[in-house]
Amino acid sequence: MAWQRKILRVNLTAGTCTPEPLNMDWALKYIGQRGLASKYLAAEVDPKVDALSPDNKLIMATGPLTGTMAATGGRYSVITKSPLTGAIACSNSGGFIGAEMKAAGWDMIIFEGKSPKPVYLYLENDEAQLLPADGLWGKSVWETDEILHATHQDPLLRIACVGRSAETGCLYAGVVNDLHRAAGRSGVGTVMASKHLKAVAIRGTLGVGNVRDKRAFMDATTAGKKTLKDNAVTGVGLPTMGTQVLMNVINEVGAMPTRNMREVQFEGASKISAEAMLEPRESDGKPNLVTNGACFGCTIACGRISTIDPQHYTIANKNKYKGASGGLEYEAAWALGCDTGVDDLDALTYANFLCNEDGFDPISFGSTVAAAMELFDIGAITTEHTGGVELRFGSAEALTWAAEVVATGTGFGKDLGLGSKRLCAKYGHPDLSMTVKGQEFPAYDPRGIQGMGLTYATSNRGACHLRSYTVSSEIMGVPVKTDPLTTEGKPELVKAFQDATAAVDSTGLCVFTTFAWTLADIAPQVDAACEGGWTPETMLEVGERIWNLERQFNLDAGLTAADDTLPKRLLKDAAKTGPAKGQVNRLHEMLPQYYAIRGWTEDGRPTDETLSRLGV
Amino acid sequence: MLKALQLEPEKCTGCLQCEMACSFENEGVFNPSKSRIKVFTFHDEGRFAPYTCSQCAEAWCLHACPVEAIVINPATGAKDVHADVCVGCKVCTIACPFGTVNYNADSGKVIKCDLCGGSPACATACPTGAITYVDAEHTGYERMRAHAAQSLPHS
Repeated sequence: MAWQRKILRVNLTAGTCTPEPLNMDWALKYIGQRGLASKYLAAEVDPKVDALSPDNKLIMATGPLTGTMAATGGRYSVITKSPLTGAIACSNSGGFIGAEMKAAGWDMIIFEGKSPKPVYLYLENDEAQLLPADGLWGKSVWETDEILHATHQDPLLRIACVGRSAETGCLYAGVVNDLHRAAGRSGVGTVMASKHLKAVAIRGTLGVGNVRDKRAFMDATTAGKKTLKDNAVTGVGLPTMGTQVLMNVINEVGAMPTRNMREVQFEGASKISAEAMLEPRESDGKPNLVTNGACFGCTIACGRISTIDPQHYTIANKNKYKGASGGLEYEAAWALGCDTGVDDLDALTYANFLCNEDGFDPISFGSTVAAAMELFDIGAITTEHTGGVELRFGSAEALTWAAEVVATGTGFGKDLGLGSKRLCAKYGHPDLSMTVKGQEFPAYDPRGIQGMGLTYATSNRGACHLRSYTVSSEIMGVPVKTDPLTTEGKPELVKAFQDATAAVDSTGLCVFTTFAWTLADIAPQVDAACEGGWTPETMLEVGERIWNLERQFNLDAGLTAADDTLPKRLLKDAAKTGPAKGQVNRLHEMLPQYYAIRGWTEDGRPTDETLSRLGV
Repeated sequence: MLKALQLEPEKCTGCLQCEMACSFENEGVFNPSKSRIKVFTFHDEGRFAPYTCSQCAEAWCLHACPVEAIVINPATGAKDVHADVCVGCKVCTIACPFGTVNYNADSGKVIKCDLCGGSPACATACPTGAITYVDAEHTGYERMRAHAAQSLPHS
């Protein structure tokens, strides 16, 4: 019963906020957060709608464990149809706003329609109001956060909002909460801005009290915390180094996408790694990393809090960037660094600050800049397009300039805000876009980690590592080591990861726990909190149900098996160096078997039997 | 032995497990807004600090209370609020120089740390050792030990 059993429905067209009971039949089939909100979206939104039209809806959803003492129990997700991919989008964020929404008494907020004028939602427990946001429109995330705290004279207000990138139509804008945590991918912020919804400001003082079996819950969550603490990755690696612990590791295995995925190893990786973030710099004797920070309820605390070198060119005379703020995670460091060939740690940190300040996805942004640099390299983009900027691989100045123009949607920033797929098409070289279903790749080259090729090709939200992080098995040996260069067994591995992850993403917990936890650790926590009789098996079934629901939404939106593919570069051009030298991704060896074990037809459609077995 | 909460901000990650443990122990809900211990985030400095009642020997709150609702618990040394006596006048919240006594509108009484009767839930929950429950006369023990280690001749 850790659900609050209550949804807030906000009709932005009519300007109304209406509470309604949570559909508990669906909650027992989809748990919460990603699964349950996807069910609502699929039930209420025609998959064919224009993602940026008022007919699309945007759902902010917590899970049953959000706002509880379960380790990492602070997650929430933003679910909508993506303007970047045309597929279902679900972006997950930590920070504190998810728990605040739950403590205010709500499982979900469903936004529908479009407000005639910019507004923000102010939610204090049961009191929900749409207030004018005229003074906030055109402001950054950081300014909006400051203004709202001052307006309401409440330092404890938790805020999620969009920045100027979303307002100006950047297709990969996210929703940023608590200054530097983000539901970052697939353009969920672009959808929010299209509805003229600037921010959601929440204060919840009711708490989460309706845990089914309190003693069992405390026992299960305490055991879970011990497991996290005792594990080398979650107990030491992530708190000390953050996700950036991967930079040197992935580079060494030759799976580091470099310079728009032309290469698989980056010679500058060590300069932008976790280790580099700990090195004292010459100017002030301080390292880039100030400390690690936790999201709500997280006993891992992988978050990076960083400062930029006070002598660095990016922040001369710019005081607002001189304090500490959200630092580089691995995906951001890779996209902003390796993929653009830039090895200047402070330039990357600055670009990352801008991604937070104006709410755009560093993965899609970095990859799009990388594509633009390749287009510049071959002469398809020139200084005439960029207004004089030499958009060369390895240029820190070009990267930080690009971040500035995307943040505000000015000049060439408009083109960069289209994302890699549309940019490359516009400039006549669609093959140079390193995307699946229109979404940019994350930081694992599928030539060196075969399972990730199938992961990307079949991900329901376009290229994404968080839908089935087989890196865990193929590189780190969790839960079992598999050979990254073989395709054998990978369809089964990918399916297992996809289903388990979909379940975890629906609970309110963070997927990073799964370096140490399996569903055998998670199910007892969910079961102690919620009715429904949760076991690893029932959770896996929910995960499979979610996967098929998302797939069905995408098929109904017009996507087909032809979209389950990778860019030619990854299928035809062999890796040039490292352990994967000579390899391409052998997707064709995996995809048919994957469809078969999913219970899908040869053209990738769930059979009636599969849908009926899962009750989709 | 009299024990005290020892707060070491440099170890805090801002996760709020302590706030949840406190509210769960005292109110039966996970609710940071009803916690007697608070974690503060100093964003621009990248620092976190847990803070709660230090159980003053000469407690301002205790002396200010007009109905003697705040009394010393002889077992723990904590200044406990007796809710059945408290009239919610809030004079103690004004008297406390540290802001660690606060009014709870739901109950009409004030709340403050009572060391959970000698087994503080926040200290148990803290994953990083930023909150510990130690000998009240030796709260500086670990810091002294660290400095003592520095004074050792190089071997």
